[in-house]
Amino acid sequence: MAETLLEVEGLYVEFRLRGRTVHAVNGLSYELRAGETLAILGESGSGKSVAAQAVMGILDTPPAYVTRGAVRFRGTDLLGLPERRRRAYRGANIAMIFQDALSALNPVHRVGHQIAEMLRVHRGMPRSAARARAVELMDRVRIPSAADRADDYPHQFSGGMRQRVMIAMALALDPDVLIADEPTTALDVTVQAQIMKLLAELQDELSMGLILITHDLGVVADVADRITVMYAGRAVEEAPVGELYERPGHPYTQGLLASVPRVDRRTAALTPIAGAPPNLSAIPSGCPFHPRCPRARDRCATEVPALRTVRPERSSACHYAEEVLDARR
Amino acid sequence: MAEPDIADVTAEATAAADVGAPASLWRDAWGDLYRRPIFWISMVIMLVMSAMAAFPSLFTSLGANEHCDVRFAKQPPTSWNPFAAGDHPFGTDVHGCDYYAQVVHGTRAPIVIGFSVTLLSLAIAVTLGSLSGFYGRWPDALISRITDVFFGLPLLLGALVVLTAFPAHGIGGVVLALGLFWWTTMTRLMRGQVIAVRNADYVQAARMLGAGDVRIMARHILPNAIAPIFVFAMLNVGVVIGSESTLDFLGVGLQYPSVSWGLQLREAQDVFVDYPYLLAYPAVLLTVTVLSFLLLGDAVRDALDPRMR
Amino acid sequence: MWRYAARRLLQMVPVLLGTTFFIYVLVFALPGDPIRALAGEKPLPESVYQTLRHHYHLDDPLLVQYGKYLLGLFHGDFGQTFNGQDVGQLIADSWTITAQLAVTAWIFELVIGMTLGVWAGLRRGGLVDTTVLGGTTIAIAIPTFVLAYSAQLVLALHLGWFPTAGTDEGWPMSYVLPGLVVAAANLGYVARLTRTTLAENMRADYVRTAVSKGLPYRRVVVRHTLRNSLIPVVTFLGTEIGYFMAGSIIVEGIFNLPGIGHEIWLALQIKEGPTIVGIVTFLVLIYLLANLLVDLLYGVLDPRIRYG
Repeated sequence: MAETLLEVEGLYVEFRLRGRTVHAVNGLSYELRAGETLAILGESGSGKSVAAQAVMGILDTPPAYVTRGAVRFRGTDLLGLPERRRRAYRGANIAMIFQDALSALNPVHRVGHQIAEMLRVHRGMPRSAARARAVELMDRVRIPSAADRADDYPHQFSGGMRQRVMIAMALALDPDVLIADEPTTALDVTVQAQIMKLLAELQDELSMGLILITHDLGVVADVADRITVMYAGRAVEEAPVGELYERPGHPYTQGLLASVPRVDRRTAALTPIAGAPPNLSAIPSGCPFHPRCPRARDRCATEVPALRTVRPERSSACHYAEEVLDARR
Repeated sequence: MAEPDIADVTAEATAAADVGAPASLWRDAWGDLYRRPIFWISMVIMLVMSAMAAFPSLFTSLGANEHCDVRFAKQPPTSWNPFAAGDHPFGTDVHGCDYYAQVVHGTRAPIVIGFSVTLLSLAIAVTLGSLSGFYGRWPDALISRITDVFFGLPLLLGALVVLTAFPAHGIGGVVLALGLFWWTTMTRLMRGQVIAVRNADYVQAARMLGAGDVRIMARHILPNAIAPIFVFAMLNVGVVIGSESTLDFLGVGLQYPSVSWGLQLREAQDVFVDYPYLLAYPAVLLTVTVLSFLLLGDAVRDALDPRMR
Repeated sequence: MWRYAARRLLQMVPVLLGTTFFIYVLVFALPGDPIRALAGEKPLPESVYQTLRHHYHLDDPLLVQYGKYLLGLFHGDFGQTFNGQDVGQLIADSWTITAQLAVTAWIFELVIGMTLGVWAGLRRGGLVDTTVLGGTTIAIAIPTFVLAYSAQLVLALHLGWFPTAGTDEGWPMSYVLPGLVVAAANLGYVARLTRTTLAENMRADYVRTAVSKGLPYRRVVVRHTLRNSLIPVVTFLGTEIGYFMAGSIIVEGIFNLPGIGHEIWLALQIKEGPTIVGIVTFLVLIYLLANLLVDLLYGVLDPRIRYG
């Protein structure tokens, strides 16, 4: 088995806002191996973006606080490092791209400068060499006439091209892990496919670990190796992508799959999940999904199910995971 | 939205499930305001000043410029504690009038002018801003150009020229001169608001249901567009009061026998080295009044802007 | 950039015509005798009266009057005082003093104002922030003339730290106290504006990106936040010049600095209408010019405007 690059263990993040506490991440754990693509799937409010920002160490404190847990990169717990040493990992070992590249790029600096800045600050490269490398990187993410466009400002690019600039910037230091937070959500469908294809190709070429955060089942199906499904700030299921689609191991995943149209299966009708996503300042007792769960029993309201291995390579945080897995759909 | 998760979390946490709805925004703001001591302090100061302006007889038995005797001019107060200073708690002014009574009577002019200029400018801004924003095209172009021209004249310099050209004026003249240059920012704000509301879905829906211009304007656009302009106008009453006092002080505003803090400060300017109390009393009242508007403004702005909490 | 500059310049023309026309009509073309009105209660000798009527072309039709007046403005003709002095000459003799005062005030506003703003903005809610907020609120609330007298009385007369009045000690010593007084309110506004925009921008997505690039905190603040936060401060500096002009009348008057503001101050004491109108017209032109420069600077700082 490949080396474990990134290991998140029992991560808790809360927001303290005007006397109220919002529990955004509640004991999330996952692992990312070298060369692997891990998709983290969840609705908005499931804590998937917050968790990623906690891993990067870019949460605003206050209001956000990481209260417990560990984020280990090649065995080093990043959360325990002082800010100075932690900074050295950002961009160099773990890089991140964001959903909205227009607001994520600085409007007053030329894009070439923003890419070159990584090389100049981390590697102390001279200005001209950094710029030449920035153009190379732009070329690599297939931005046409990169040498000219390096002098343009972010608002002069189209949405897809801007996201390519973000990717070029993230790849500048050959990171081991790339976290892509909803990289295609703000884009048109055709452009979405191009960006996903680019990410997959680059990941293959550079054999990075890729974490793909998304709410869209369709986006991850082709590129991900494994999927972690998040609900109310914790992982509820973890499985290789094909198996998860074939045979979900948690009622929430089951619900998600039933609520989107699929080409590989003929379904009579789409069934939405009953109820609303949980209020994160008052998460239901026991299994957080139990108020919406068709299989909920008394035990679910009182006892928090742990994420446990139910089959080889598969985990689920449901008391009745085996039942779910065996059920005929 | 760039950060769906955090945004959602924040939205839920502030309990304002729908931050866009004005009603809940105002209720939230109030819930925030009434817990701030600054808010109450400035409200009390403003209330006292307004009472002084409206009913000076509650504070002094003397009228303006009454019982003045030049033989007793420039008598400093016997004590800095007004309650222990006998007949003339603030001393007497250069004309020998009781300075306490004069300062009390001096409240009316700045307060009245402050609010009149604000209401006048508000009226101009709401009218021009809504015409400009609602109809667009040539009315918008025309009004916007006129606004640009008046925006090119700074408040005090503009008022200075107007009042110099018409030396014979009373309170009304000062109100007009300041109002003439005070409406521009509010008009631009109003225009922006109206355009924003005009394009809102619910207004488009009302239009499709066959509502006419007047009805859309009265029922939908004005109620939603006026609130921010009104708040802006009220929070800047302090600036108008400061400007009025400056004009009085420079000698182009109100003239004797009017009574105002600005005029009192003007009279004090030649003798303030020997009689600093003549400067101190009106200066402190004026500053405290302007300060209370500023502090109130800060409190309201913070309360209305959920991001700044 | 050039297209943007040209467009701003073109937009300036109607404003320039509008403001001068407005002042002209207000002073010289409304019902009543403008010359007698400008003289106030003073009796005016017939010869002076006739000279002024002639000087302002009051016997011509309105638009011709205005045309001649406008032409005059471009030749530096800002009218005549009652005793035949050229207002343009008055300005030429005194502007250097005002310029020195302006530079002093400007340095205070930018250096102290922005430093306080950055300091408070990076530590929102802390002791520094609260102190800066309170202090600037008071600085804004005290009317300039009250502050001028208090500063003169306490810092110059009683403590003797600064010269009381006049320009004998030259720049900078004679200008420090007047400069600080005239800058006080604007300094407060600059500090608050910097604080708010900086605090807001620190939460911007591109700042989060800068942090995730592994840049040092200093670089994140200076390169990625400060520049963007400067944009609204620069815009404010445009309107700020209007406050400065009004403030300079008061401060130059009280501290007896013989600049342009002092000329207006003197003219106000003796009710010299034509001088006031002439100099204010000049100041309005400077104000418009300054705002044009600020607009151009805005374009330099924000590429979205430049290429918009």
